[in-house]
Amino acid sequence: MDSPLRLIASNPLDQLARTLEALLVVASAPLTVAELAEAADDDAERVEAALGLVRERYSEGRSGIVLEHVAGGWAFRSSREAAEACARLFEKPAQRNLSQAALETLAIVAYLGPCSRPDIARIRGVAADSAVANLSERGLIAEAGRDDPSVGGAIRYRTTPLFERVFGLESLSQLPRLDDVGESTDAIRDRLAEVAEKRSA
Amino acid sequence: MIVRELELDLDAFAGPFDLLLTLVLKDELDLRELDVAGIVLAFIERLAEREELDLEACGEFLVLISALLELKARGLFPEEAAELADLEPEAAAEELARRLAEYRRMKDAAAWLRERLESEGDRFFRLGPAPLAPKLETPLAPQEPERLAEVIRLLAKEPPQVSLAHMALRFPPVSQFLERFRSLLRRRSRFDFDQEVGELTRVEQAVAFLALLDMRRAGEITIDQAAPFAPIRISRTDVEREASWTVRSA
Repeated sequence: MDSPLRLIASNPLDQLARTLEALLVVASAPLTVAELAEAADDDAERVEAALGLVRERYSEGRSGIVLEHVAGGWAFRSSREAAEACARLFEKPAQRNLSQAALETLAIVAYLGPCSRPDIARIRGVAADSAVANLSERGLIAEAGRDDPSVGGAIRYRTTPLFERVFGLESLSQLPRLDDVGESTDAIRDRLAEVAEKRSA
Repeated sequence: MIVRELELDLDAFAGPFDLLLTLVLKDELDLRELDVAGIVLAFIERLAEREELDLEACGEFLVLISALLELKARGLFPEEAAELADLEPEAAAEELARRLAEYRRMKDAAAWLRERLESEGDRFFRLGPAPLAPKLETPLAPQEPERLAEVIRLLAKEPPQVSLAHMALRFPPVSQFLERFRSLLRRRSRFDFDQEVGELTRVEQAVAFLALLDMRRAGEITIDQAAPFAPIRISRTDVEREASWTVRSA
């Protein structure tokens, strides 16, 4: 088996791949191909090719550091086999002790967002204020504008890139479809809008 | 068993049931935060502790708890409650079923998220604030140094002196009026203030009045006015004394 070092050294993209490694190791959030290309002062296609090399080198079973495509960008994380050791060193404040109410609220925001607290309360049947505050504090959801002033102008929320990262999603489109009961999320969203209009009338 | 004394220990409230009702009725406790099922559980537990079924307590509890539930439902869907009431029973049931289905889907989604959290829990990654260097943007159009100098020159110019002449109030000295009134009283024993100062400006009239007050304090004159806004009459003190003496002796 080739050692990863020899693999990169024998490739003409070697220099660029090493630059990308450096960029990724100093970044604290996933970097998009465009951001990497701009920082490395190279073109996007070559960056993608070089990312392939880096990804091969930093993969589960080969390295304690793993390159992953997450939250719309590329980022290093720890390998799964090092999880216990990492857990002894670090807390995970964003996802520790998420209550059922918080998870349901998070699901609603992830699937229907941007949506407001009244929207969430309408679906869950209980006030969403504390769950929304809790999720905002954890950085899993964030404000995303307001409803139209004619329907009360409530603050709307959407999930953050941190949410995608914590749940290991490349993007929100990776969420499973909820079609087992029939109505699509668009239909639910339309109905919420309809109700909101009626309330203001 | 007395329903009102039922002890509750909920997230949103701990204490007897009747206190809870009072707080709800006074709007000091938000019903939406209240776990009604928790109250029912507490009641059933208490009921189970007893040997026999207390029908009266059950009835009372049922009435109270259904009222609470209705209040809570109305609080959650203030306008929609009316909407549902307008619907035919079948349509209302359908609407409720749809809402339940919607909620169940979100519950499923939440369950998926929880599984995902567990399966992805062994990934650790670096987190930090604002990781990227701010992109430098020049919000200003290209600037010409000459134009800038010109603008600054405009700012550096001394502003024209503003005349305050119109603001000055010229007060004549009080002494001027003291002298004038004293000489007047040497010639006449009394005079009419309004007549004397009628030709003067308001400020001069005010100073003249000050002079009068001064003279009165010194006991030189007495001041009379029959009614508010009536003419003010001034008389020498010695004349006044004479007059009062005349009246008293008469």
